[in-house]
Amino acid sequence: MKHLKPINKKAQKIEETITSVEEDVVALQQQPRPHVPMGCTLSFSPGWEVDAGGGTAGLCQPVERDIYDCYVTCFWPVQVPDHVNYSPDWASNCAAATKDWRNLDLVFP
Amino acid sequence: MTTMLAHRYRRGELHEFRSSDTDFMYLVSAGAIFALDEGTRAVLDLLGEGEMSHEELATALAGAGHSPADAEDLIRELRQVRAIHSEQVTTAPAPSAPPADYPLQALVLNVTNQCNLACTYCYEFGADKIATPAGKPKYMALETAKSSVDFLLAGSGNREAVHITFFGGETLMNFRLLRDVVGYANEQAAAQGRKITFSLTTNATLLTDEIIDFLSDNAIGVTVSMDGPAEMQDARRVYKSGKGSYAVIEPRLRKLIARHKTRAITARVTLTAGVTDVIRIYRHLKDDIGFHEVGFAPVTTAGEEREYSLNGDDMTGVLAGFHALADEWLDYALHGRMHGFTNVSETIGELIQGTNKSHPCGAGLGLLGVSPSGDLSPCHRFTDADTHTLGHISTGIDQGKREDFLSRGHVQAKYECQSCWARPLCAGGCHHEAFVRYGDTGHANLHYCDWIREWTDTCLKIYGTLAVRNPGFLERFAERKGLS
Repeated sequence: MKHLKPINKKAQKIEETITSVEEDVVALQQQPRPHVPMGCTLSFSPGWEVDAGGGTAGLCQPVERDIYDCYVTCFWPVQVPDHVNYSPDWASNCAAATKDWRNLDLVFP
Repeated sequence: MTTMLAHRYRRGELHEFRSSDTDFMYLVSAGAIFALDEGTRAVLDLLGEGEMSHEELATALAGAGHSPADAEDLIRELRQVRAIHSEQVTTAPAPSAPPADYPLQALVLNVTNQCNLACTYCYEFGADKIATPAGKPKYMALETAKSSVDFLLAGSGNREAVHITFFGGETLMNFRLLRDVVGYANEQAAAQGRKITFSLTTNATLLTDEIIDFLSDNAIGVTVSMDGPAEMQDARRVYKSGKGSYAVIEPRLRKLIARHKTRAITARVTLTAGVTDVIRIYRHLKDDIGFHEVGFAPVTTAGEEREYSLNGDDMTGVLAGFHALADEWLDYALHGRMHGFTNVSETIGELIQGTNKSHPCGAGLGLLGVSPSGDLSPCHRFTDADTHTLGHISTGIDQGKREDFLSRGHVQAKYECQSCWARPLCAGGCHHEAFVRYGDTGHANLHYCDWIREWTDTCLKIYGTLAVRNPGFLERFAERKGLS
């Protein structure tokens, strides 16, 4: 804090709490910018209402696109297996997700 | 696209004070103290005139020469510490109730309810007494005292150190028991690898060389109830015959202070009608007799109709004396010296921590009183009062009664306290005083609210001055008081 100076122990605790929270949360608007993965969309602000081209086709819809984009290309922390680290073959027997999605199995990394 | 911030801000609950050319704020929801700079000062002043929107505030700050980024910083910092609120921010929660199994820290053993003096204002025997000792033991038996030690050690969780205070009546009328219990308690604590410390309160009339040596050898802290120089001491601290006690205790006190070197020797003064010359009392007890510390408290009464009650004029005089001693305390502290005026020291200790009390004191929480018969009570002031028994040493704490006592005494249960900025330290004041005055331990002690606020403000200003001019003293003070 620049403008308030804590001068007792309780005030110091409050400052520590605020500082730790500020360091923990790195919003996309702040500097330095966090690593933004390539893939599903680069258009983060203010939400994911439109894709990079201003339309909706590139968004994480439908669900099969969600699965593959997150699995293969962008290593985004979603609830699908991770192609990069431990499940390179997860989608190998699912050639067309709309038909073969039942072949996708549970993974226990 | 950036969304405009539509927050409207208002000042949070805080008490501002100024000392050593610096502005400070005391945050009531937390007990925290912050020094303000010119910018945060400006924000609070702007909001002092009424609620403002984020944009209005930012514009006004820009007008006062702050850059837009700086204005945002100012608003954010004040919002984060909750010195200012918007409607979208929930207020800080009030202090929550401590857990039901709060570990014991101290017991006050009333080793006897008998006394060789008959001080006219005594809360135990005087006009406003609440004790009902008829038919109960007058002296505590050794078995009861030993059970109390076991009870304390068993109920204190994993605390490394616990404390026993010996109290009366006149404590030294049962010195033999005291001596035996100290031995037993030391053995029991040592067997568990823990520490136990002791203190006692006495009127000093029965001190002998043998007793003084025992107290010193066992590092037993001594508080002497005493009202000042001879004419003040003898006004109300008298034998049953009416004879004053000063001449009896004076040589004993000098011996006590000369020989007892292991703990601070403290005087505890009760202020009553005519016994209000705080400075003269302090000079006598500190400089002449040689007490290390002197603390003052106005007498407890049911109202102002008692012969010994303090009236408004008396209290004005008392406060003037307190302020003079407080100035002296600060002067000592600026020169790195400890002053013996307990009323300032205690509050400074709490301000260092940022104490935010759910209850005014530890009574019924970490501290319990034990009567000569073994009855438990919230503290020594409720000893032998049937209406306030919280169980018995043989059967343990009556959790229902304790819960009732603690929920009444919780600061949130005291309506008047909710709008008072001094509540983190006061929490409504003494349970016993409230009962004597209002018939309810959970009643706020409204008769001294103005006094508490004025005194807290005085101590905050002392604290602020030290934080600016001698912060090292506050650190050493915290270490010395075991606060760090």
